[in-house]
Amino acid sequence: MSIIDSAKSAAQTLVQGAMSKLVPLAPDSWIPGGVPDPLIARKHGLIGTPVSRLDGPLKVQGRARFSAEVDAADIAYAALVHAAVPRGRIATLDTAAARAAPGVILVMTHENAPRMNAPALFGSSPTAVGPADLPVMQDDRIHWNGQPIAIVLAETQEQADHARSLVVATYSIEPSITSLKAAKDAGPKPGLFMGEPLLTQIGDAEAFLSAAPYKIDHLYRTPRHNHNPIELHGATIWWDGDTLVIHDATQMVTAQGLTIAGVFDLKPEQVHILSPYVGGGFGSKGLWVHQIIGAAAAKLAGRPVRIALSREGVYRIVGGRTLTEQRVAIGAQADGCFTSIIHSGIAAMTPHNNMPEPFILGTKVGYGADSFKLSVETVEMDMVANTFMRAPGEAVGTFALECAIDELAAEIGMDPVDLRILNEPVKDPISGLPFSSRHIVEAWRRGAERFGWSERITTPGTRREGEWLIGMGCATGTYPYYRMPGAAARITLTRNGTATVEIAAHEMGMGTSTTTAIVAAERLGLPMDKIDVRYGDSTIPGAIMAGGSQQTAAIGGAVIAAHNALVAQLLKMAGNDSPLAGLTSAEVGSEDGALVKLDDPTRRESYASILNRAQMDSIVASEEASQPLEMMHWSMHSHSAIFCEIAVNSITAETRVRRILGSFDCGRILNPKTARSQFRGGMIMGLGMALMEETQFDERNGRIMNPSLSEYHIPVHLDVPDIDVIWTDIADPHTPMGAHGIGEIGITGTAAAVANAVYNATGKRVRDLPITLDKLL
Amino acid sequence: MPLIINGSPAPVPHDPRVSLLDLLRESLHLPGTKKGCDQGACGACTVLVDGERILSCLALAVQYEGREITTVEGLAGENGLHPMQEAFIVHDGFQCGYCTPGQICSAIGMAAEVRRGVPSHVSADLTADVALTREELQERMSGNLCRCGAHNGIIDAIRDVLETRETAV
Repeated sequence: MSIIDSAKSAAQTLVQGAMSKLVPLAPDSWIPGGVPDPLIARKHGLIGTPVSRLDGPLKVQGRARFSAEVDAADIAYAALVHAAVPRGRIATLDTAAARAAPGVILVMTHENAPRMNAPALFGSSPTAVGPADLPVMQDDRIHWNGQPIAIVLAETQEQADHARSLVVATYSIEPSITSLKAAKDAGPKPGLFMGEPLLTQIGDAEAFLSAAPYKIDHLYRTPRHNHNPIELHGATIWWDGDTLVIHDATQMVTAQGLTIAGVFDLKPEQVHILSPYVGGGFGSKGLWVHQIIGAAAAKLAGRPVRIALSREGVYRIVGGRTLTEQRVAIGAQADGCFTSIIHSGIAAMTPHNNMPEPFILGTKVGYGADSFKLSVETVEMDMVANTFMRAPGEAVGTFALECAIDELAAEIGMDPVDLRILNEPVKDPISGLPFSSRHIVEAWRRGAERFGWSERITTPGTRREGEWLIGMGCATGTYPYYRMPGAAARITLTRNGTATVEIAAHEMGMGTSTTTAIVAAERLGLPMDKIDVRYGDSTIPGAIMAGGSQQTAAIGGAVIAAHNALVAQLLKMAGNDSPLAGLTSAEVGSEDGALVKLDDPTRRESYASILNRAQMDSIVASEEASQPLEMMHWSMHSHSAIFCEIAVNSITAETRVRRILGSFDCGRILNPKTARSQFRGGMIMGLGMALMEETQFDERNGRIMNPSLSEYHIPVHLDVPDIDVIWTDIADPHTPMGAHGIGEIGITGTAAAVANAVYNATGKRVRDLPITLDKLL
Repeated sequence: MPLIINGSPAPVPHDPRVSLLDLLRESLHLPGTKKGCDQGACGACTVLVDGERILSCLALAVQYEGREITTVEGLAGENGLHPMQEAFIVHDGFQCGYCTPGQICSAIGMAAEVRRGVPSHVSADLTADVALTREELQERMSGNLCRCGAHNGIIDAIRDVLETRETAV
């Protein structure tokens, strides 16, 4: 980092520090969301009605072109060679046979790769999304078992795949840390997440714990996980003169373009990333080394390159969720009120990346208590850089916390739902901020009633149906409301009553394109079929990452800003001959293709009329969203109560999920049809996490042992019961459209609900995921 | 003898290593059939060969000379979408849409198996007609993985088609 960068960063930290002190104290009306979004009050529009996906007809016919399916003339096919040792140097790399193989165009290694800068590490600037701070194919160093050491380009995929098998590497191996024990022995380091230390202490939690009449204190373990979207990571890449074009599967077109520009010393406008369809992401579809290697090879070969990773290739170079070891200790008074919450432990990382699995985040807002001690420390291992995976932190953190709550309830002899409601905080237990919208108790009560929770038999191991033991469990899920800075929207309104809304956002199955059309139609007062939503293109202004469950809020905020700018332009254009003359944009809204005075709908003029008089075919408004200060002014979260019923076979220990219900409190639901699917999808990933998912890591050599969908098990149709989903649908008055994010809340809490049901069925506590049958026998 | 893909002839590839999947995606520009693992574990590449579902990633193209292959691109007719395609939209039987072509082709192939009375692992009586329980459909579709978690919508879509529009499949 240069001196200037350091000074900038120090100044930024000072400003942020001042903001974080002032924003909580500011009057509500100064804060975005201080005045509720007018769309919240509109009850009879498209918002809240089920709408089928607008991209549905394309997708069911296989006509949506994913990134590795884009046509290009004279395309070259890529195959990667991966290192087979965890750390060291390449001693020899023999590519002669590969180069001589039929159809081979190029073999690129560190010896002939163009010089490139290391990608800027994720989080090192607001637009940096590099997976690690390591240079890519620039030297003979090996940093993880699976690191690409060569790329073969050939005329066909078959020729490339064959030639890659002919590359012979030898290594001089250096000492590495590939076992958790060795990593712990080397010493943990304090975890830092988004610049903040992962450490919170209020009062003397250990003292409160030892004085508490009821307490539990246990260690919970979660393994590595891989995202496993069914679409393999892949890209179609070419150079158009000095411009680099990448058709990619990514959740971050803008930031990825900027980071890649830095790698190749290009101007931002010289990198064009397109990603209109993403075949599932869950945190994994971002910048990894394959796009950089592919772009470098395309440059050397002077041809377009298709680099489609094999499934094993994805495991070798796309990191997953890391392992954690978590201590949760809770102390309670005789009446069940918590006096102490301790949640601490370690997460494994690499020396070169920036993602300590922040498993305490959910605990920071879960329950009230007299004292807290929350911390995440990291230990370093030589492995592929770990990364964000659906609900990073919360997914594994709520497993430990919510199992511990269940254990404490059993200790006290209280119903676990009652214990949770008893300890419901009135304000954010750590920051002290007021909640913007928290109706978790309602979610608990409605969920419990619908599920039939009162029929649960408290004594474990006593409900039996034939050879099956039956149990019920529950847990809370939580995930923050985020709206990241930098979002923008561009609205083009035409005289014939159509609008194009452009956002640098992503559709990987969340329903973003459909929901954006719904919201834009309501905001602009146009029918949905008059709205064209364009997204997934780095040339669109602004940056909207599909992460942190923030896309809908970020898009919503950006469309509000662009709409305001559009209204101001239209009013100016309307001039003194309009029924709207003299009104300010704050007094005017959109309705039925017209601008309308909010408190006097008789004063109106249609968009067509305004544009006609001005002799304009269309106007364009492009605007950045307001700063997301609401997140510093209120404590804002999505919530859930998950209930499940499982059956464990008393002979084979096979576990089957019979029923599961998610009761959600996530603000206003914009499109119930796609929202229900997203909730269910998260819960299904939670079922996988509970019962089967584990990336097996060979501690002898740092190699992932099950890099395939045959050996890494995810839930299949027969594992997934008909999932019941309900929601409070209470709008948050302080967010765009009253909505909260819903992409990650489904996975949080689910694994704990299953584990607690397993305990209720069998009397066995499994604190080490996944709950495979060997742990129950 | 050519392969017949969605009613049109396509030449057999010269390279015997070419899978049916790669022939479709890379040579014939029919990328509707998806590659999710290339090793027979995910079902995304399911196509119909003479009406039977197979995994095209495990099939060498040269083995299919003269055979009638239907891909997702060949399902919709002049009158619009295939009923299974429509039902997937109505029941939200997909999110990202990547496993979807395989799920749809697999469901159509499965419906034919059910009509022929082919039992599954969960069929209680191997000789009786197949009862279209949820579990029966789930078992028969378990070779098609979905990571977004659209399982409920997929099974609902298939049930809807098999129960109400059986003759159309």
